[in-house]
Amino acid sequence: MAEQKSPWRFHGGLHLDHHKAESNTTPVRAIPLPPRLTLPMQQHIGQPAEPVVRVGDTVDKGQTIAHAVDYVSATIHAPTSGRVVEIAKQAVPHPSGLQDLCIVIEPDGEERWTELPEPWPDYTAIEDADLRERIRWAGIVGLGGAAFPTAVKVNTSGRRAIDTLVINAAECEPYITCDDRLMREQAPDVIDGIAILMHLVGARECLIGIEDNKPEAADALRAEIARREAREIRVVVVPSVYPSGGEKQLIKLLTGKEVPSQGIPSAIGIVCQNVATAVAVADAILRGRPLIDRVVTVTGRGVAKPGNFRVPIGTPAAFVIEQAGGYSDEIFQLILGGPMMGFSLHDDRVPVTKAGNCLLAASREEAPGIDDERPCIRCGQCVTVCPVQLLPQQLFWYAQAHDFDKVQDYHLFDCIECGCCAHVCPAHIPLVHYYRYAKTEIWAQERERYKSDLARRRHEARLARTARLEAERKARLRQKKEALEKKPAGASKDPKKAAIEAAMKRVAAKKAAQQASRENTGTETASEAKD
Amino acid sequence: MQFALSSSPHLDKTQSVTRVMGTVLLALVPGTLAMFWYFGWGVLINIGLAIATAMAAEAAVLILRQRAPLPVLMDLSAVLTAWLLALALPPLLPWWQTVLGSAFAIVVAKQLFGGIGFNPFNPAMAGYVLLLVSFPVTMTRWLPPDIVSGTSLTLADSLHIIFAGSPPPGMSWDAISSATPLDQMRSELLQNRMISEIRESPLWGDFGGRGWEWIGNWFLLGGLFLVWRGIISWRIPASMIGALLLVAGLFWAIDPDTHPFPAFHLFSGGMILGAFFIATDPVSASTTPRGQLVYGALIGLMVFVIRTWGGYPDAVAFSVLLLNMAAPTIDYYTPTRIFGQRDRHET
Repeated sequence: MAEQKSPWRFHGGLHLDHHKAESNTTPVRAIPLPPRLTLPMQQHIGQPAEPVVRVGDTVDKGQTIAHAVDYVSATIHAPTSGRVVEIAKQAVPHPSGLQDLCIVIEPDGEERWTELPEPWPDYTAIEDADLRERIRWAGIVGLGGAAFPTAVKVNTSGRRAIDTLVINAAECEPYITCDDRLMREQAPDVIDGIAILMHLVGARECLIGIEDNKPEAADALRAEIARREAREIRVVVVPSVYPSGGEKQLIKLLTGKEVPSQGIPSAIGIVCQNVATAVAVADAILRGRPLIDRVVTVTGRGVAKPGNFRVPIGTPAAFVIEQAGGYSDEIFQLILGGPMMGFSLHDDRVPVTKAGNCLLAASREEAPGIDDERPCIRCGQCVTVCPVQLLPQQLFWYAQAHDFDKVQDYHLFDCIECGCCAHVCPAHIPLVHYYRYAKTEIWAQERERYKSDLARRRHEARLARTARLEAERKARLRQKKEALEKKPAGASKDPKKAAIEAAMKRVAAKKAAQQASRENTGTETASEAKD
Repeated sequence: MQFALSSSPHLDKTQSVTRVMGTVLLALVPGTLAMFWYFGWGVLINIGLAIATAMAAEAAVLILRQRAPLPVLMDLSAVLTAWLLALALPPLLPWWQTVLGSAFAIVVAKQLFGGIGFNPFNPAMAGYVLLLVSFPVTMTRWLPPDIVSGTSLTLADSLHIIFAGSPPPGMSWDAISSATPLDQMRSELLQNRMISEIRESPLWGDFGGRGWEWIGNWFLLGGLFLVWRGIISWRIPASMIGALLLVAGLFWAIDPDTHPFPAFHLFSGGMILGAFFIATDPVSASTTPRGQLVYGALIGLMVFVIRTWGGYPDAVAFSVLLLNMAAPTIDYYTPTRIFGQRDRHET
């Protein structure tokens, strides 16, 4: 099959030293079970999973230990059989070294499988909703690093029809080779997964985007495609320009189309999945296996024997490093993920999660750490390399000035945090750090605004209510007053007084009558006498 | 085990301000040597004076601002400012004027605005314009290139003139100084002489003034080196030169007797130096790709306007300073079309 190269380009990007050869020459190795597995409830984008086991419970390999509670969430399974020894907050891999709820399992070494759902080799006969439910059950998330729940991403019902499935096999970050090894060693599984995903999203064609520094992996995939005569699946070789593996950048490279700003690929009829995710989907559908391990690259000059390892989710980073021969003398920083977008770990006891594709044990030369920051000289190197064609120097200027309106005018939220700008910055400004700060501040402000809006609405409602009550009270009084004013003047007196008066009158009348009768007799005589 | 934390990207940086400024200084060397070749020791004495003053002035201000001077001086930006200013000065300028210009550039135009990265105006050009408007006589008293005059001043002569302020015994200003080709073109055109007559003078070479045009070529070489190294973008020099050639060509085509050949504009005065080294000062220039095209073109246009109708023979300094003022506005109206954005004006 003739090699197909991508005719398209994206703006900017960087030619970085690949550093792939350190770790991609040996097969993926299995590692022994660590003494404890720590499984964070939040290993994905969305709501954290909710534990369904208790401390002391015995769990089997593959058993669900935490449920996805929301649509955007992911189920978590026991990577091996053993006993739940703790459900508590533990240090998790997070840029700020946060603690989060984790289930801690002590393996019993028996590797006793739980009862798994039935394999569906003939998945085309299965309802789409059931296939999605299986993917959801398997706890599959995007394994390229973003960890977005796959069941959500493949649910394209009710949206624009999907033409193209894009498989992200670019692995554009230096040092990382886990996808490279996976493709070389499990090409049939990759193509199986692709076939399932194509069926599920209804795509006519699949484009596998792979950087030109992985010819062996590309050949392995091409051979498997040729064997199956799957003409609808094509391997497209893209130049090794970082960040070709950015979702939108890869889609541009493969199709020439630009995903709209702030939009998602399905808006232009494309769904993009990572190559390792495709393998996990094949495992779930064809073998009924949940996602309980992943391939992790351990590399850098700070580790003795770099390579790729099949690591049970929840294994402490330190344990994985030990399997690679432990640290060398050059160790300076430990980075989870690649050198461009990964984050440095403060403590190597944190567990490897579903998103953890690489442990980079970097020497001081490889990752020198915090540098002296100088003022921006507006040289525009960042503009030249920005793959989103932003103006990073302007974003920086306004982020530094806390002008969060202006920073959004300059499209802060289109920034993919690839780090190209900071890498070339002669003033050594940690630009991405400033952008993350601005994003976080804006999110916080929006939450505050939401809260204050709510408070303001409540306050206004209260004011309106008290005003209404006051008006009603006044109206009632006025009515009464008016009613009273309408009555005749005499009647305006108190009824009691009126009654007394009436009684007095009656009494007076009676007295007068009595007197009159007495006088009558007198006057009678007198009158008689007068007469 | 515990480790230091830092923000991504983690790879070592590829560039530094010191290296950027150092590369620009390196690119200035061929043109500077050419100036030395044609104008003698005065060029180097000016550069030395200006650099020493700039470093001392910057260190003094930084100490007043309670900042460590050494890391800032190490970025070489003050050296570059001083060097560029010195190249714009007549080679026999009295020493104290060079010192004043250099100190003004660093203290007022740069440090008072906050130092590197915060100056709205090109410091070298601010210093130059201060001297030009304050000392018009000394600032327009250039030397003829020695290929024209046939004599060259010795180092001792040059030092005497610069530090004593008068020619050594036995020499007179008239004998050693001359106007620049731009100045001469301008004053003779004002006397209604035709270009063809003016150009009969031995001051003229193929395109511009003799000697001057070669200096322009050497600065062009350094400028192209900077473009090749990615230190400056091609946009500002290309649009600046393009606009000047276009408008000069237009007027030349209409009336070649009163308007010099477009290449004259290019290889006279500070045009090449200005296009590649001065207008491209990133801090004070436009920073968006389209904005740089507008900014450069407007400088080129302004250079022609001032040279042709203005009160000063050369115009690069004024044009650059004028457009420095416009740069933020130009940036505002020339945003990039970002990835996935359908309409440029949609925000």
